[in-house]
Amino acid sequence: MSDVSAVPWLTILMVLPLVGSLVVAFAPGSVESAKRIALGTALLTLVLGVVAATRFDTRATAQFQLAEQRSWIPQFGVSYALGVDGIALVLVLMSLVLTPVCLLAAWHDVPERADAADSGRRSKTYFALLLLLETFMVGVFAATDVFLFYVFFEAMLIPVYFLIGQYGGSRRQYAAMKFLLFSLVGGLVMLVAVIALYLQGPGGADGFLVSRLTGLTLDPTTERLLFVGFFFAFAIKAPMVPLHTWLPDAATESSPATATLLVGVLDKVGTFGMIRFCLQLFPEASRWATPVVITLAVISVLYGALLAIGQTDMMRLIAYTSVSHFGFIVLGIFALTNVGWAGSALYMVNHGFSTAALFLFAAMFVRRRGSKRIPDYGGWQRVTPGLAGIFLVAGLAALSLPGLSTFVSEFLVLVGTFPTYPVAAVLATFGIVLAALYVLLMYKRMATGPRPQGLTGVADLTRREQLVAAPLLALLLVLGFYPKLATDLINPAVDKSLSYVRAETGGVRATAEGSTK
Amino acid sequence: MSVGLGTVASTALPYAAALAPAQGQADAATGVTAYAWLLVALPALGAAVLLVGGRRTDRFGPLLATGLSWGSFVVGAAVWLAMLGRDAAQRPQRLHLFDWVAGGSFSVSAGMLVDQLSVAFVLLVTFVGSLIHVYSLGYMSHDPDKRRFFAYLNLFVAAMLLLVLADSYLLLYVGWEGVGLASYLLIGFWNWNPAYATAANKAFVANRVGDLGLTIALLLMFFNFGAVDFATVDAKAAALQGANQGFMTALGLMLLLAACGKSAQFPLQSWLGDAMAGPTPVSALIHAATMVTAGVYLVVRSAPIFEAAPTAQLVVVLVGAVTLLFGAVVGCAKDDIKKALAASTMSQIGYMMLAAGLGPVGYVFAIFHLLTHGFFKAGMFLGAGSVMHGMNDQVDMRRFGGLSGAMKVTWATFGLGYLAIIGFPFLSGFWSKDRIIEAAFVGEGWRPWVFGLVAMVGAGITAFYMSRLFFLTFHGKKRWTDDVHPHESGKLMTVPMMVLAVGSALLGLALGPTGVITGWLNPVFAAGSESGLGAAEEHPVLPALLITVLTTVLVAVGAGLAWARYWREPVPVVAPRGSLATRAARNDLYQDQVNEALLMRPGLHLTRSLVFADGKGVDGAAGGLAALIGGTSSRLRRVQNGFARSYALTMLAGVVAILGALWVIS
Repeated sequence: MSDVSAVPWLTILMVLPLVGSLVVAFAPGSVESAKRIALGTALLTLVLGVVAATRFDTRATAQFQLAEQRSWIPQFGVSYALGVDGIALVLVLMSLVLTPVCLLAAWHDVPERADAADSGRRSKTYFALLLLLETFMVGVFAATDVFLFYVFFEAMLIPVYFLIGQYGGSRRQYAAMKFLLFSLVGGLVMLVAVIALYLQGPGGADGFLVSRLTGLTLDPTTERLLFVGFFFAFAIKAPMVPLHTWLPDAATESSPATATLLVGVLDKVGTFGMIRFCLQLFPEASRWATPVVITLAVISVLYGALLAIGQTDMMRLIAYTSVSHFGFIVLGIFALTNVGWAGSALYMVNHGFSTAALFLFAAMFVRRRGSKRIPDYGGWQRVTPGLAGIFLVAGLAALSLPGLSTFVSEFLVLVGTFPTYPVAAVLATFGIVLAALYVLLMYKRMATGPRPQGLTGVADLTRREQLVAAPLLALLLVLGFYPKLATDLINPAVDKSLSYVRAETGGVRATAEGSTK
Repeated sequence: MSVGLGTVASTALPYAAALAPAQGQADAATGVTAYAWLLVALPALGAAVLLVGGRRTDRFGPLLATGLSWGSFVVGAAVWLAMLGRDAAQRPQRLHLFDWVAGGSFSVSAGMLVDQLSVAFVLLVTFVGSLIHVYSLGYMSHDPDKRRFFAYLNLFVAAMLLLVLADSYLLLYVGWEGVGLASYLLIGFWNWNPAYATAANKAFVANRVGDLGLTIALLLMFFNFGAVDFATVDAKAAALQGANQGFMTALGLMLLLAACGKSAQFPLQSWLGDAMAGPTPVSALIHAATMVTAGVYLVVRSAPIFEAAPTAQLVVVLVGAVTLLFGAVVGCAKDDIKKALAASTMSQIGYMMLAAGLGPVGYVFAIFHLLTHGFFKAGMFLGAGSVMHGMNDQVDMRRFGGLSGAMKVTWATFGLGYLAIIGFPFLSGFWSKDRIIEAAFVGEGWRPWVFGLVAMVGAGITAFYMSRLFFLTFHGKKRWTDDVHPHESGKLMTVPMMVLAVGSALLGLALGPTGVITGWLNPVFAAGSESGLGAAEEHPVLPALLITVLTTVLVAVGAGLAWARYWREPVPVVAPRGSLATRAARNDLYQDQVNEALLMRPGLHLTRSLVFADGKGVDGAAGGLAALIGGTSSRLRRVQNGFARSYALTMLAGVVAILGALWVIS
């Protein structure tokens, strides 16, 4: 089921940022050079990631490629097993792109203090934690052993907890605590399910491998319980209404780079987990749960969008747009059609870039004005036309403007959902009107109106900010007109993964249509 | 709605329609047509250079943009000439660009359909668009943000051409939203004025409601036809042969909703008046000549779908009839010259929509009127801009009057447009609108009488409000404020006005009675429907000559009334209170109040209460749970330190330690 790779590409992609992180944190030298090392490491990892992607064969029959497998704790059946399918690969690549962009955007996040020694430590630790997070992000998408996945799933919490709690805003402790508690509750429930799943499986020294646990014949009640255990954790991570309330706090209290990686990458582990684990391992239970999940997804789409309209804090607003967008992703996944899945997988990638653009560009406003409150702005198109312009583009990506990448994925989700859940698809379509409202109202309040008085010496985009913006905007456009770059990788993986869900009964359509009646 | 769609889904058999012989299929592009992508690429390049280049391109940017727009026109003309050289059957050609969206079993490529219909639009958009670029060089010459303006204009031209050249509904959608974006950016071009920024948002959101329709239409298409490109959809819609009415009606109505948003048709008309906040060249190009007619294009392009959905077709006619009266009534009461013209645009597009809904008897005339309207309305807007230029940007017609002496060129060119729109014999509007009125009288039962009379009465009202506008502005006593010194505009502005005036006068004569327009466009619709050519032979319920005479009499009456009230009699500079009807018309028949009461205020309350509930209820529940856990843990305080975060970290450390130990042991 896995094509073992001669070069351990995925391990390299994990070890490199880990080593970089240690160097950045502990090597002597100036803060500036530490930052440069961090950025250099992330860029090198990206280059290697692209090289690894060229080794990926879209016509291969095995589910996972670039695979590695070593026995780790054979007594408990745990292996160190990595591998990616097309979906995981595009998510890994997205993480590898976003990390250097975030590092560059985070350049001045930690204020320089008078006592240079202390400030240097804080700054270095910040960059080291971001790099450490990259290691775990690659790991969590690449793990093909359920237990290894769980380890990465929980390990990610450590750097994020410190990133929020140490480098955030005024209520950072509260936000970090809330994030940790929500995540831990989900994680612990999942741990129970992970262990129970192992006991149901064939066991043995590699009993936790995804391939060994796929296609088990489970007692329906057991399967449903296991499904719920996994799904609960993923729904918190994703985040779905009503388990979303940790996100706005975490997003607004953490630094912009952290918020970007949190919402853009870490939350994708939830939706990625639904595809890889919930549906692949528990197809029958997934179909059983589908009506409820679809309902929650539609609620998330509309509720998140309505809440976004009502926000006055721009970071909270962006967080709520993500609640809405994650609703679309879940909708596409549980529509159980190949179009919906392709749309959702693509959505995960596009949303990573579009939400990064929103968070990071909004942060550029915050740096200049010193406030996250939307009413504190107004007329900024006259102050910083370039920044206002790129912010508008980011907003247009959030409202899925045709021509930008997000449109393609949102459309595929809707078109893929309609055959199985027409009512849900049509209701979710109303999200596009709400999206126009939350984006344009925010832009109007911030950028339009008369030039604000008393602002002097506010510069437009710096060279560094242009470098942050350029790759994000380019990706939004390129993937809008040429999504094949991603879908060529995604489509075979979708067919493969979906075959596990469809294998047991004669096709999904009958089941799915039955439940709409 | 949900019930209806559920029925659709359960009754409609996906992919059931058998493939008809490839109707609407076009040959691969040859010769110059293979370069049709340049039509879109040139202005898109201009927009990109000007926007990314920023201030560095300030000096040459506007000229570059104008040049690229003319470049696009040259390509368009070459494509047209090449098409003229082919037989009618070989004229449509298709240009495959690249594989675009492919997800699961859904796939669509990006390609262009270059046929008679799209070429007609290409010529209109690039020619009028380029003229307006030239005009803007003069009109915007003192604006510090001139470069940004031209960037948006180029963006608009590129998007509009993509809209009319796309060979699938999905690619059309990209152009559709692109023109919406350009419109938003240009309405809000002077968005330091909060009212203008609001107008821009209003336009975008109203269009988004329309997009809702387009999106659902796409979903329906893919579900039932398995494709969203014109060729397949047309063929499968025709192959249904009247079956599956529920689905086809839903599809038609969703497309109509989209068209209503873009073309400011009832009930999504409210944004157009406010859109006049944009600079006047924008009103001429986007909100009169081209973008707002995209809805008509959509309906006409979807002819095979509407042919298969008579109910939806009837609704199209109704929407057109209601809007043409709505716009005409509002136009009678507006004192703002641009808003009066906007109301008129809405009304004229109502005529086009009505014609488009009549079926094969009306398609050609819808497009014909669209073309002539593009010339005379753009010309009049440019004339209005010229007047504003001379009058310190004032727009209140009660403060104009007697301008015919001060601005002779503007008066003459505007006058030709004015005569054209009211249907003065032998000018452009006479040929195109008269044919629509005639077509509206075709049919059986009550319809020809209702729709025909509405169209005819509408012509009379049009004559009244347009005469009012023209007399208030150019004739009667001078009612100028003290600080104005009206003067004629420069050549950059007057030459485009003159060119458009010539078009207003002669285009109808050149295309209408000569049979050029019917000969050119009929094959497009004949290919899609069996009755395409035959239906044109149907006769109206009244003799055609009588219709023409009656219409002309009504027009004369309308113009005469306006002459008596607004030329002969003195006009007060402050609007009198007016009758109930006048006040209603002045307030756009209370459209904003209705929208506010029905949609905005409830929406605001819903949003506010949800924000409250999310903070107190949903988060509170989670917080309460946390407090419960916290409470339990505090009882263990004697043996623990009570910090939940340290528990959490201890747990994590424990897990890691155990794993590490196990690894070492193994």
